[in-house]
Amino acid sequence: MAAEAHGEEAGGLVFHPMDQFIVEPFFGDGAVSWYTITNATVWMALAVLAVFALLVLGTSKRSVVPGRMQSVAELAYGFIYKMVEDICGKEGVKYFPYIMTLFMFIVFANFLGLLPMAFTPTSHIAVTALMAFAVFFGVTILGFVKNGASFLSLFWVSSAPLPLRPILALIEIISYFVRPVSHSIRLAGNMMAGHAVIKVFAGFAAIAAIAPLSIVAITAMYGLEILVSFIQAYVFTILTCVYLKDALHPHH
Amino acid sequence: MATEPIDMEIAGTCVSEFGSAIGMPQLCGEWFGNQIFWLVVALVAIYFILSRVALPRIGSVLAERQGTITNDIAAAEDLKVKATEAEAQYDKALIDARAEAHRIITDAKADIQADLDQAIAVADADIAAKAAESEKAIAEIREGAKKNVEEVAKDTAQAIIAALGGSADATTVSAAVDARMKG
Repeated sequence: MAAEAHGEEAGGLVFHPMDQFIVEPFFGDGAVSWYTITNATVWMALAVLAVFALLVLGTSKRSVVPGRMQSVAELAYGFIYKMVEDICGKEGVKYFPYIMTLFMFIVFANFLGLLPMAFTPTSHIAVTALMAFAVFFGVTILGFVKNGASFLSLFWVSSAPLPLRPILALIEIISYFVRPVSHSIRLAGNMMAGHAVIKVFAGFAAIAAIAPLSIVAITAMYGLEILVSFIQAYVFTILTCVYLKDALHPHH
Repeated sequence: MATEPIDMEIAGTCVSEFGSAIGMPQLCGEWFGNQIFWLVVALVAIYFILSRVALPRIGSVLAERQGTITNDIAAAEDLKVKATEAEAQYDKALIDARAEAHRIITDAKADIQADLDQAIAVADADIAAKAAESEKAIAEIREGAKKNVEEVAKDTAQAIIAALGGSADATTVSAAVDARMKG
């Protein structure tokens, strides 16, 4: 996006694959303070609107025989509901709205981010880290509230031989605290990498000889990104379910 | 987005004066607050949309559909049972009708047989009577013929005796003819 503006600096071939991730005020110029309406705000709002359109407007007819939009809404509902129920059991169904919120936001932010000139909120570590830490703290607090001190048995692998258990406990604790990091970086990294790669291929399109190849590569990457957008939303959600299951049933 | 010259105000630690990113924009601390604030707003908005409107509605639609399907299946089951019953009744009626028809046929056959037997018996009796009568008539005729033969024989014998010049009284001739005829 910014690449065209100052192509003179590198003589034709310019790569600014990271410029698409710049957060800037949506209305006018100025500094970005916490309440400024930025491009991030706008694309998050579009994701909210898309969720509203699909799940509320799409189901407004409440037909017993669903139309197209309602089918998709029901499919999404059934998909996440079944996931929560399968992984967390019946007790987990209570937390279904939270998990559904995360899934719908991520999936729509990812897909909307694939529109040309779009901004992808989920490519930012601040966004994914907030969600991952919300899950981490929520699940940890829930685990202690539900199970008391016996939640700590999550780290004490009772099926392992006794001498191994302290070592395993250490590994388990480390892996537990690494969870939010991997949880957030996985999503942000995937989204960022795909968009940046597409941008790099787009930069190559400036050379006429390579342009057709570049366009083919962009198309292929775009297809892959569509897949990745859904899969990463799915992975984020299913990991949330797994962490929630640990909080509800900490005993191995 | 950055096609016009960039204000130096924006160009800070994260954006160069040309409007391009310095390093990874993802790691620019200046923008964290903004994104986190609006993310929380977006997530809370989605949560309320989902938990207040969308999820109860979709849940009720799915439950209603499940209910409708269950009801329809039950109704279909009912109808199937009724159809089976009707079929059983039809079969039974058919079997009854067949039995009735069979019975009627048997009765009719028996009646006909009885009539036939009676008719045959009457005819037999008739035939027997007629045969007896005929027998009698034949016997009479035979008797008559015998007598005639006797008379003819006696007459002939007397005539022959007379023709031979003899004389014989009628009693002797008839006794001789009788003896010869018996013999």
